[in-house]
Amino acid sequence: MKEELFVSGRMNNMIDPSLHIWHWQISLYLFLGGMAAGILCIAALYYIRGKEKDYFTAVRITPFLAPVLLVIGLVCLFIDLRHKLYFWQLYTNIKLQSPMSWGAWTLMVVTPVSFIWCALHIKDIFPEWNWKYKWLFALETFFNKYKKALAWVMLIYGLILGIYTGILLSAFNARPLWNTSILGPLFLASGLSAGAAVTLIISKNSTERKQFARIDLVLIGIEMFLIIHMFMGFLASTEVQIEAAKLFLGGEYTMTFWIFVVILGLLVPALLEILELGKYHIPALVSPLLVISGSLALRFIIVYAGQVSRWLY
Amino acid sequence: MRYAMAVDTRKCVGCSDCVVACQTENNVPSGYCRDWVVEIMDGTYPQLETEIRSERCNHCVNSPCVRCCPTGASHFEDGGIVLVKKTECIGCGACIASCPYDARYPHPDGYVDKCTFCIHRIRNGMKPACVEVCPTKCMYFGDLDDSNSDVSLVLKKRKYKTLIPEAGTDPRLYFLI
Repeated sequence: MKEELFVSGRMNNMIDPSLHIWHWQISLYLFLGGMAAGILCIAALYYIRGKEKDYFTAVRITPFLAPVLLVIGLVCLFIDLRHKLYFWQLYTNIKLQSPMSWGAWTLMVVTPVSFIWCALHIKDIFPEWNWKYKWLFALETFFNKYKKALAWVMLIYGLILGIYTGILLSAFNARPLWNTSILGPLFLASGLSAGAAVTLIISKNSTERKQFARIDLVLIGIEMFLIIHMFMGFLASTEVQIEAAKLFLGGEYTMTFWIFVVILGLLVPALLEILELGKYHIPALVSPLLVISGSLALRFIIVYAGQVSRWLY
Repeated sequence: MRYAMAVDTRKCVGCSDCVVACQTENNVPSGYCRDWVVEIMDGTYPQLETEIRSERCNHCVNSPCVRCCPTGASHFEDGGIVLVKKTECIGCGACIASCPYDARYPHPDGYVDKCTFCIHRIRNGMKPACVEVCPTKCMYFGDLDDSNSDVSLVLKKRKYKTLIPEAGTDPRLYFLI
């Protein structure tokens, strides 16, 4: 039997009895950032491959959501800061060892790029749109000329954004649940799948819908693979990581994780999409909405459960 | 210069004087503490063993908090003391999450706060407040590069351990066992 008592009654707010420093703001941001990354990567990829006509919605319409998601995410990040007036310090420093510094600079690039991408396609939504000022027309011509380069920037920074949301957490060896390199790819796959689900909701084109149902299926497969490997890694690791895995294998997050992330967020939508591809008629909104809510639940559960997991000493 | 502290777990009685001294010396906001006392009971009755430790920031050499800080607010001072610059800290909480010892806390004013090894005292030739007040004199502070410092001498004589060495932090807080 091992018992630990805090004689001094250490009760630091947000640290004791278990760490509670990051709340809904961070979880929501990780979700919104991941989904925006997914939307931008898919749009850039299809544009670069010259499939703009086949996947019109994914390349030209869905990206209108990305800047909105990113701005809401940035507001969440700002709300989370406790020393708000000093936030600009993020942009007077480049710290290569700090994932958060990487993230801040990535957002600095990817947010304006997403706005430019939307501006180039604004006439698809508002056919009467007029830029009014000459210099705005000049800017539009300029970016149209270098649209392929812009798409490459969007693809690469989108990938960094999607992966970094996982690495942000996995870089903390103090929280055994987060300390797995699977989290980067897992959050990227989850973000891409949420991004594909958005197109699945918006698109009216049946070939495009079919293609995105297939993409979602592949990504769900990858996510399942990564989740299984994450647990295999934990269970084959040290005591603290085995304890962390137990949070999901009988511990306090078991129900929420397996029901909301794995069953409702991955398995059920996968089944529905298989049925839909096999010509059964399934209400179109159900499976993409489940995928998106599963992606949201994954961020919340990992952020909260990670703070419960700790070293024993 | 490499500052370090050693705490004698065989002398510490867990009176928490160090905690109060720190709170007074450093104006720690009420309800928070930079150092604390842990009592661990191990074994099965009647074969029980108790260890009492006065804990604080380990001023690690490979410190995760300095590494993950996005602004450089968490930094090393001379002698390896890990400090937070208030005017560079944005209060993001990354360093708090990164510390395996949970030695940092969010100050009500927004920035992150922690043990400073009483840098304002040691620069004036004094000992940290916790070391100074300890009624059993169970704490030793000094420079590891000075072979005659209190901490070097006691570490030469006694067996010691560090906390969670497997976290790879290379702590500068030693516990004599």
